[in-house]
Amino acid sequence: METKETAPATTAPEKKRRPRGREERGPLASVALHVTLLLASAIAVLPPLWLLVTSFKPQSEAFSTDLVKDFTFGNYDHVLNDTEFPNWLLNSLVVVGLTTVIGVFIAATTGYAVSRFKFPGMRPLMWLLLITQMFPVAVLIVPLYNLLASLGLLNQPVGLVVTYLTIAVPFCAWMMKGYFDTIPVEIDEAGRVDGLNPFGTFWRLIVPLAKPGLAVTGFYSFITGWAEVAYASAFMTGEENLTLAGGLQTFVNQYTSDWGSLTAAAVIVAVPAAVIFGFAQRHLVSGLTAGATKS
Amino acid sequence: MAVETGQSVVRAADAESIRGRGHRPGKNPGRLRRTFATHWYAWAMVAPVVTVIGVIVGYPLVRGMYLSTTNANEANVERHIGVNDIPATYESVGLDNYQAILSDGVFWDRLTWTVVWTVSCVALSFALGLALATMLNRKLAGRTFYRMALILPWAVPAFVSVFTWRLLFNEKKGLLNKLLAGGGIDAIPWLNDPTWAKISVITVNVWLGVPFMLVAMLGGLQSIPGELYEAAEMDGANAWQRFRHITLPGLRTVASTVILISGIWTFNMFPVIFLLTRGGPGDATEILVTYAYRLSFVVSPRDFAGSAAWGVLILALLSIIAVAYRRALRKQGEVW
Repeated sequence: METKETAPATTAPEKKRRPRGREERGPLASVALHVTLLLASAIAVLPPLWLLVTSFKPQSEAFSTDLVKDFTFGNYDHVLNDTEFPNWLLNSLVVVGLTTVIGVFIAATTGYAVSRFKFPGMRPLMWLLLITQMFPVAVLIVPLYNLLASLGLLNQPVGLVVTYLTIAVPFCAWMMKGYFDTIPVEIDEAGRVDGLNPFGTFWRLIVPLAKPGLAVTGFYSFITGWAEVAYASAFMTGEENLTLAGGLQTFVNQYTSDWGSLTAAAVIVAVPAAVIFGFAQRHLVSGLTAGATKS
Repeated sequence: MAVETGQSVVRAADAESIRGRGHRPGKNPGRLRRTFATHWYAWAMVAPVVTVIGVIVGYPLVRGMYLSTTNANEANVERHIGVNDIPATYESVGLDNYQAILSDGVFWDRLTWTVVWTVSCVALSFALGLALATMLNRKLAGRTFYRMALILPWAVPAFVSVFTWRLLFNEKKGLLNKLLAGGGIDAIPWLNDPTWAKISVITVNVWLGVPFMLVAMLGGLQSIPGELYEAAEMDGANAWQRFRHITLPGLRTVASTVILISGIWTFNMFPVIFLLTRGGPGDATEILVTYAYRLSFVVSPRDFAGSAAWGVLILALLSIIAVAYRRALRKQGEVW
């Protein structure tokens, strides 16, 4: 893409001119840059935007290409009052809330331990965290289904929380390790000199410094739970026990296609995720790359 | 960076106590106990994770491996009907399941498509993410706007996006075909023709994956010291030379990590295919993971043993990738 910059430059009159620097570009290159970015933005924004538009159309016009002709909140009204949607929302909130809080906490302690201490079992642990991230749903889902069934945890939020922890925590722990590695060890040492034990150092000195990292980790846990489909579809049955991912499937399947309800529900699902994303994204770049480059 | 859990002072004192005063009656701190005394902080901090992974990943994994050597299905596993417990009646069949899978064309078809799917998704989203990051990583009017817009697909939960794409892909009434009709082009059977369905699922996954690549690459670009570029400019390097010789090498660590991570995620990507096409038409878009899921939760009777065997094979494939990755890390000098 950098070549775009030089294209107009080479046609310039003087033959041996200085190549353009990083912060300079010709007018043609500017136009090309903006056109490309606008096009890409349009492709990125169109599907969510279309979802929003469709949710305000009457059910019968779900597929019309008009922007909203008869603006209506009917779909939202229907979804919130006549379906199990509020239940699914509540189920999802419980599951995701617990996953996030527990996940962030244990990912942080683990990340801190592997970042600061050398202890027997550290290498196998890091290896375990790495390999757990790769586990396909397919290997575990049947035995896990049987295990949860025998413990009576099918259709229980707790079952899903524990399952999601195994998905979210390994990656989060790696991210937190990367983040803790960027906090100078001298801070720990100062804390120890002042008489704090390792837990105290962690809790009172390091955790406050690691807030951006914790935000990203929390965001990742939240999204993992909010958007997980396979386990949620397999472990939760019965209309009122579903989470959002499972529930929304019931609006559009081989028997029914209630696109009006689906779009309204989808918008309600997407908004909290987008809001949380908005809070976390400020730290997203630093957090993710700290985790990614170090791992 | 890492410090020893116990300070060396403690160590020295311990060692002395063994040599010098270690003979106190009734006081014989064994090696195990000393190790514990030194490291219990660290162990306490990792214990919850180890427990959760052990119970929820370790046990099912072992059990899944066992199931894969039996003929367990819906009809012969342990069941509870009302108050009656029907005991399991499945039995061991050795490696028959594996033999059946590996000698059947279905597995190899699914494997080929899974590889095509993974490679094309990762390559496309990486190329697009890098291109967009390079464009955004400079002074530019409206940069914040572009950034927010381009990251938006990431802010929407994947399954919501997939449903939205199903709405757009609808063959008779969807927006995409209506736009095409406006341009005089015949409707495309996005999800109903094997080839188009494959293109569609890849499109959606790339659309979902670009923001992650974009953000990671932006971070990588910003971590390259500006002095390098200044020096190159002084030496008269043009934009392409700077990109080729500073930007690309500077991105290598970030790039290799995100490519590996997103490769594994894509290989295991369940929701896109499951919700967009249900693996169809036929099993054209079914990747290994969704096929294994189909065996145990969609078809009837549910084939638990077959599904488990597929799962073990998938895991074996991924382990090979992981080992290769660890080798690569070692070469780069990662210490652990």
